[in-house]
Amino acid sequence: MKRDEALDMVKESLAEVVPDADVTALGPDDKFREALEIDSLDFLSFIEILGRRTGFRIEDEDTAHLTTLADSADFLVARTADGS
Amino acid sequence: MAEFTMPSLGADMDEGTLQEWLVRAGDRVRKGDAVAVVETAKSTIEVECFETGTVGKLLVDPGTTVPVGAALALIEPAGEPGAPKEREKPDKPKKRRRGDEARPEEREAQERRPAAQPAPGPAKEPVPAPAGVNDGVRGDEGPLIRHLAEQAGVDLDAVHGSGPGKRVTRADVERAAAARRLPARITPLARRLAGELGVDLSGVTGTGRDGAVRAADVRQAAPGPTAPAEQESSGAAAASPSAERRPAGMREAIAGLMARANREIPHYYLSTTVDLTAAMDWMHEYNRHCPPGARLLPAALLLKAAARAAREVPALNGFWTDDGFSAGRGVHLGVAVSLRGGGLVAPALHDADTLELPQLMAGLKDLVHRARTGRLRGSEVSDATITVTNLGDQGVESVLGVIYPPQVALVGFGRVVERPWAVDGLLGVRPVVTATLSADHRATDGAVGARYLTAVDRFLQSPEEI
Repeated sequence: MKRDEALDMVKESLAEVVPDADVTALGPDDKFREALEIDSLDFLSFIEILGRRTGFRIEDEDTAHLTTLADSADFLVARTADGS
Repeated sequence: MAEFTMPSLGADMDEGTLQEWLVRAGDRVRKGDAVAVVETAKSTIEVECFETGTVGKLLVDPGTTVPVGAALALIEPAGEPGAPKEREKPDKPKKRRRGDEARPEEREAQERRPAAQPAPGPAKEPVPAPAGVNDGVRGDEGPLIRHLAEQAGVDLDAVHGSGPGKRVTRADVERAAAARRLPARITPLARRLAGELGVDLSGVTGTGRDGAVRAADVRQAAPGPTAPAEQESSGAAAASPSAERRPAGMREAIAGLMARANREIPHYYLSTTVDLTAAMDWMHEYNRHCPPGARLLPAALLLKAAARAAREVPALNGFWTDDGFSAGRGVHLGVAVSLRGGGLVAPALHDADTLELPQLMAGLKDLVHRARTGRLRGSEVSDATITVTNLGDQGVESVLGVIYPPQVALVGFGRVVERPWAVDGLLGVRPVVTATLSADHRATDGAVGARYLTAVDRFLQSPEEI
């Protein structure tokens, strides 16, 4: 997966979880859980949606890599490069 | 003829605005059916009927604000015209007088074959039914069935009706809802607009991401002339003037209730730190093997432990009234939910102590979702017997809360954090959470509270058994 694609997927997933949020205003290194007031239930939906979009399963322990747009995109790129 | 009155939806409510009727005169209703939508200072709530019978006269028009206890409608109880005006709590078991209404087993039988009891109400409003599907009888479902369908996100036109004249029955809707995949998202603004404009959301095609229904879709689907452009730009606040007032009303309601709690309740506070290693290991293992949509959060385990402990220490589960303490019937766990626009509500997860963790998790998701975007039911906002506030998401480690009168205890959980922890003389790093209890000293003493927190800890050490 290209990084641009990964970034779009993360943004789209966030927008789906918080439909009223302005994801475009989010900086690459902003902690989106704080910026968008995403609580643990919303975050769980985000993981589900992102997993569905990317086609691979995101485990509980992966969530440490999903805090900003930049690290989330990096995580997706690395994961798809593994072939896992 | 019994009166259906404006219920008290919490100790902080004096009046409510009837926003919408979900039934019409002549409709049959069962105890527990949502019959009206009421707006309070804090939220919009679906109010359930306390009687089984037939709706007589609707006494109050939508948009009217009336005090708690005012009659909203007359209900002819099933089988006994002129039954006493007596209010029944929705889930309070009550001895039934002979002929009062169908016995539970009979009612259950009716539920299983609702075709035998079709809603007799004539359909006044046109029901959208595409040509080809309509056999001429469709549309007689009545507002209750349509409401159920809308709530479940079921498209009535796509449901095969098993009632007479292929009418869609409650069972059909429930079956369709169960068979349905995840509901399409509906933005809060769209949901509100749909209510304002009388649009049946089940018939709206969403153009948002993954079929999410947006405000524009609702306006498109609205009957009559297209919404004027000014409405488009003025947005939600203009569409619902009462919603605009809500933040202030919400603040006022919280202020009143919490001031009273602090004035009247002599609180005592206890706190303990619970090792969550076993609980978190068990949960991660569980999550590894379940479908993504069924994962658990630590909150589900904490809530379950809080509910089980409340069953074990019933002196903390109930209400303090003028007469003293009365124990709750069942453990209805109030869950404090913070709202995005500010403020909070604490609706109840009914019988939380008996729910399996996956059920509890699903119930929690549903409750939070409806508290924020949709509607809560009257029984949910008034039945809580003990409340839990979980501020873990806000990053703090402990919360010493104010009790919701007339309850006598409030349980707090902070964030799950990793901390050095001594076990058998060795130091390790473990996930821990601070559990707190605020309790009413009129009802219990510290020793009872201590037993409660100890029980919470014990349940969390055996996650497979809670």
